[in-house]
Amino acid sequence: MDTVKRLARALIVPVLFLAAWEGISRAGWVSPIVLPAPSQVFLRWIAYARPLQPYDPSQGSWIAWAFSGELPQDAATSLLRVAGGFALGAGLALPLGLLMGAKPAVHELFNPLVQVLRPIPPIAFIPLAILWFGLGDPPAFFLISLGAFFPVLMNTIAGVRNVDGIYLRAARNLGASEWTLFRRIMIPAAMPYILAGLRIGVGVAFIVVIVAEMIAVNAGLGYRILEAREYFWSDKVIAGMISIGLAGLGIDLVMNRLNAWLLRWHRGVEG
Amino acid sequence: MATHAAPGPAAEPAIRIRGVRKAFTTGRREVLALDGIDLDVAAGELVCLLGPSGCGKSTLLNAVAGFSPPTAGTIVANGRPVTAPGPDRAMVFQEYALFPWMTVERNVAFGLEMAGASRPEIRARVDALLEKLRLSDFRDRFPKDLSGGMRQRVAIARVLAIDSPMLLMDEPFGALDALTRRNLQDELLRIWAELRRTIVFVTHGIEESIYLADRVVVMTYRPGTVKRLVPIALPRPRDPSSAEFNALKREISALVMEEQLRHEQAEGRATAD
Repeated sequence: MDTVKRLARALIVPVLFLAAWEGISRAGWVSPIVLPAPSQVFLRWIAYARPLQPYDPSQGSWIAWAFSGELPQDAATSLLRVAGGFALGAGLALPLGLLMGAKPAVHELFNPLVQVLRPIPPIAFIPLAILWFGLGDPPAFFLISLGAFFPVLMNTIAGVRNVDGIYLRAARNLGASEWTLFRRIMIPAAMPYILAGLRIGVGVAFIVVIVAEMIAVNAGLGYRILEAREYFWSDKVIAGMISIGLAGLGIDLVMNRLNAWLLRWHRGVEG
Repeated sequence: MATHAAPGPAAEPAIRIRGVRKAFTTGRREVLALDGIDLDVAAGELVCLLGPSGCGKSTLLNAVAGFSPPTAGTIVANGRPVTAPGPDRAMVFQEYALFPWMTVERNVAFGLEMAGASRPEIRARVDALLEKLRLSDFRDRFPKDLSGGMRQRVAIARVLAIDSPMLLMDEPFGALDALTRRNLQDELLRIWAELRRTIVFVTHGIEESIYLADRVVVMTYRPGTVKRLVPIALPRPRDPSSAEFNALKREISALVMEEQLRHEQAEGRATAD
């Protein structure tokens, strides 16, 4: 009974919002090009997600057919870009961050450059990225990895620097060498920070992928909503936006699960 | 590893502290934490360092552990001058210092892995220790899921695993409730009677020090020096309600109170500044 009540309460505002929106659009107060009705957006979203051809067993498996629509293809393209760019950016930031956190000399060496580059939004690198890498996937990967790089780097440094000294003392006392100390004490102790950095990094990577697709490439969710605008298909623009939102939510859920599992030893695990 | 013969009259002490002085600089003023400490601890002896907070007892223990070297003087432990932390002087911390990302079992195994023990060897030894400290049912738990008393038992198992000839304990039971503390004190005495390790135990509990120690080292407040060595000749198990126990308690309380008073006067002066 209680969960039914809570569910009902959670639905009140969204339902009223959609009803008002539908009413405004149907009343003809605004042009459907400016603001299409939610029912129209929904139909367009179905059309966007559906396979373009009827199912033909000779053309391959049922699963491949189900994902042959424009939306699944766009989403897969965008998510693969995020995955590749994120792996590149985080893959470079992690070892550098660990080194900068553990070795003050390395920190002194790299920190000035990092501090100057870090506040530049990755979006501001777009012109350079196009000059350097042309159009297509290479500039997109560059921008995405840049977006993921700094959050992961900064959090890894902070994580290693904030390792409670008592763990280091206890481990040294038990005979740990410097390398063991780094591998088995510092890295796990810094893990809550590192994972928070990875989560921020993946979020930024997802923002950057949409922007990069609006500029340098011709596939993916970001490209699709810009293309739809060219044809004044505002229902498809909104359907694309909602798809982007769902993809972002999906990424966050996966990261959350990963966090909860890797930090199951930790006191204040969220999620 | 090596078994330790009972100390003869001429036996080399397990710890020899000579002329140890330790100064800290905090801000602009220099604080003399320890001054002119001379102390011998015999092999297999259980010694308590007792004094009010700020008397430098933990500083002395950290110096013996090799975490922070003294400003002047020498410390020789197990026949070697102390220069760095090492598993021959196993430390038990008040805050337990268990590795929170490792299960109970992994925590206890850590020191053995560092020593390069083989897998079956580690397994057997960890099993035996978990059994001894009644932790077998909790081997797969993480420290966050244990009570304070259980965490400290894991910390004790972790240092016993490396078979150190010497245990340094820094107010290990200070954060526990009275009942748990008494349980762990008895457990420690049982283990000590069985293994006869040298134990240096830092505490500010007068009763705790009399209950446990062969000798109580009463320290002065800042700079920390040895105020008095009080041998505790009572047979174990000791009864804290006995007349002899209470006589010792009165004697040591009087010594500690003098220092507590100096401490409070110093605090008063500091706030009046």
